[in-house]
Amino acid sequence: MYKLLLCVRYLRTKYIALACIISVMLGVATMIVVNSVMAGFTTEMRDRLHNFIADIVIESRSMSGVENARAQMEIVEGAAGQYIAAMTPTIEIPGMISFRDPYTGESYTSAVQIQGIDPEGKSSVGPLRDYLDSFNPVIEDGVVIRKALRSRETPVTWELTPEAAEYRKAVLEQRSLYLPEEPSVDEMVPAAADATNETAAPEFDSESAANETPAAEDAVIKDGIIQDSFLNELPEPPIESTVRTDPFPARIFLGEGLVSFQAKNPETGNLAKVMMVTPGDDVIVSTVTAGRPPEPVRINATVVDSFRSGMNEYDTSIVLMNINELQKSRGMHLDNSITSIHIKLKDYADAPKVIAALERAFPPGQVSIKTWEEKQGLLLSAVEVETAILNVLLFLIITVAGFGILAIFYMIVVEKTRDIGILKSLGASSNGVMSIFLSYGLGLGIVGSLAGVAIGLLFVRYINQIEDGLSWITGRKVFDEKIYYFFEIPTSVSPMMVIAVAFGAISIAVLASILPARRAARLHPVRALRFE
Amino acid sequence: MAETLKMNRPLISAEAITKSYFRGEHKVPVLQGAGLTAHRGEFISVIGQSGSGKSTLLHVMGLLDSPDVGEVILDGNRIDNLNQAARDQLRNHVFGFIFQFYHLLPELSLLENVMTPLMIRHSILGYWRHRKEIREAAMSMIQQVGLEHRIKHRPSELSGGEMQRGAIARALVGRPEILLADEPTGNLDSSTGGGIMDLLKSLNENQQLTIVMVTHDESIAAQAHRTVRLAQGRIQTVGREDAA
Ligand SMILES: Nc1ncnc2c1ncn2[C@@H]1O[C@H](COP(=O)(O)OP(=O)(O)OP(=O)(O)O)[C@@H](O)[C@H]1O
Ligand SMILES: [Mg+2]
Repeated sequence: MYKLLLCVRYLRTKYIALACIISVMLGVATMIVVNSVMAGFTTEMRDRLHNFIADIVIESRSMSGVENARAQMEIVEGAAGQYIAAMTPTIEIPGMISFRDPYTGESYTSAVQIQGIDPEGKSSVGPLRDYLDSFNPVIEDGVVIRKALRSRETPVTWELTPEAAEYRKAVLEQRSLYLPEEPSVDEMVPAAADATNETAAPEFDSESAANETPAAEDAVIKDGIIQDSFLNELPEPPIESTVRTDPFPARIFLGEGLVSFQAKNPETGNLAKVMMVTPGDDVIVSTVTAGRPPEPVRINATVVDSFRSGMNEYDTSIVLMNINELQKSRGMHLDNSITSIHIKLKDYADAPKVIAALERAFPPGQVSIKTWEEKQGLLLSAVEVETAILNVLLFLIITVAGFGILAIFYMIVVEKTRDIGILKSLGASSNGVMSIFLSYGLGLGIVGSLAGVAIGLLFVRYINQIEDGLSWITGRKVFDEKIYYFFEIPTSVSPMMVIAVAFGAISIAVLASILPARRAARLHPVRALRFE
Repeated sequence: MAETLKMNRPLISAEAITKSYFRGEHKVPVLQGAGLTAHRGEFISVIGQSGSGKSTLLHVMGLLDSPDVGEVILDGNRIDNLNQAARDQLRNHVFGFIFQFYHLLPELSLLENVMTPLMIRHSILGYWRHRKEIREAAMSMIQQVGLEHRIKHRPSELSGGEMQRGAIARALVGRPEILLADEPTGNLDSSTGGGIMDLLKSLNENQQLTIVMVTHDESIAAQAHRTVRLAQGRIQTVGREDAA
């Protein structure tokens, strides 16, 4: 009993114990916060990696693909139909897109991954709708600056939004004014900038108004809006609808990163996204035909939408195109060839079964069948290794706290030497004395861990508010959503992790108290009593 | 009284105790065949120069230390060679210690200090079952030493005399048979020390408590039934056999 009493008294009266508690607490809190944020990032990253790769992907080994999409899908259906929620045929082929920057007139060409898709099929195997610009509002600093252009309930199609169609019409009509010469887009820019002082995007308003210079750089910022408003202000177009404004049959969704860049607003210093291609514009997509040898093809395509999946790798390389047009251009339409089938499972846990069944169903060597995790294996395992290393490092921090406890406990034992002698003279056993200090370590570990868990969980809970506060104090964004693509810091708290961390910290506290406790137990009573 | 005492079997005796310390390579003999016997109800004082080994003898008798040579016999049984657990038990049940510097535990209140030996005696469960009796025993002991108005105080809030009374209460709360006192008045002024001596004498008389008290104050020593002198590692002089 005296053990408990003394242990509690020592906890309450030895302020040095507070140092131990704080170090345990900080260690535990840090581990919980870092683990939660890492887990949040990992989950988010896995989601994003998963965006453009369905649960299971069957790929043909040749770029020319395999014939008869319908027959292939029937094979899949027959082999594992009961596990499959949705599937969609796809053509995946490397290629390039070229477009003209409307302001500088320069041509840009980027290497891309072209995916021929059926938009409804694609959105049935992945969250396509969530990433298409027109289905989502534009939010900046928590304020909606543009509502979603399409309702989430409408199907994903290759139709231009009315806004994009209008824009397209206006641009083409405008361009036709300059015919027969090649319409040069940069000639339009200064005029546009002058004409749009009041209607340009709000953050640039004052700047273009104040600046007399026919600043091409000013206008570089917001092309879509500037051109729109410029045209709104024009009198009736002189030539009434003689220009062909229908979009090309080939339509594409573009990765946002392919056609945008971040530019600094010279006045506010804020980064803003500048789109060089807007829905309604035309671009040239080049790839190769499916024949042997492959011949280059150029496809004129109209941009219908841009997407932002949050995965930079995808957003700067993927171009989604209507599968029929891609088949036609590549000469695959006659036998309805495709290169891959994306499959969404009802339950991802069935993946191994499904893969085994599909492998039996397809002729060996013709296709490769992988889960999305296998396709992204390297990246995922890199993240896992990273988390593991981070945990080892953080655990070292708690171990350091453990050595602190060891030192402080030694100090307390030395300080309490005489009391230990007294307890022994009163008949306390060595084990009894030892258990005072062991339970002291345990108590300290428990208190520190509980406090650490509480602080860690609170921190995680309010991490975004804390981030806001820090940004406000330091005057710069700590966690810039433009860099990280996250509007909020993602977190994910796993109860198992919290328990493991708390338990680990308590064990370390107890382990660290073993040595001092043994020393206390072994003290010779007389020597302890004589201790000054 | 002396007659009856002699009739009694000795309660505790230290026989031919030899004890040396090593200071580096140097062997420093402290006790060289010291022997001391106390009968039940006897009050013995041990005097001697500083460093003569008085405390060492007391520690050996109270099982805080073991002799190099010699035996400690309690009620006819040798106790110095018992195992650790049995020695702990005896310290808790048979011996009570008081020290020059009181040695109360600073984190505990006076009441808790006095309860400590009984808390050590019982497991947590046993303590819980007997908590009332334990508290009452401690309270009555505190009343005997006249400190009932101080039970909530920490040792640091008590005077030297009060602390020594508290220490006596603690030593006696477990109803020991032998009280081993190491210079109980050494740190107190003479009137306070006199009060402590009166307390010890009354405990000895009323409860037949056996007391072995170390001191180097002749006048304090004279209040015991019998005074022995420790010199050159041996008990040399046997003083008067009767209390003043
Ligand atoms: N652990 C030890 N190591 C070495 N020498 C020791 C040790 N403990 C005690 N001594 C020595 O033993 C001798 C006897 O010590 P002890 O404390 O028994 O004397 P004492 O008679 O009680 O003296 P005092 O009246 O000053 O209390 C002293 O010379 C002391 O220095
Ligand atoms: Mg001494």
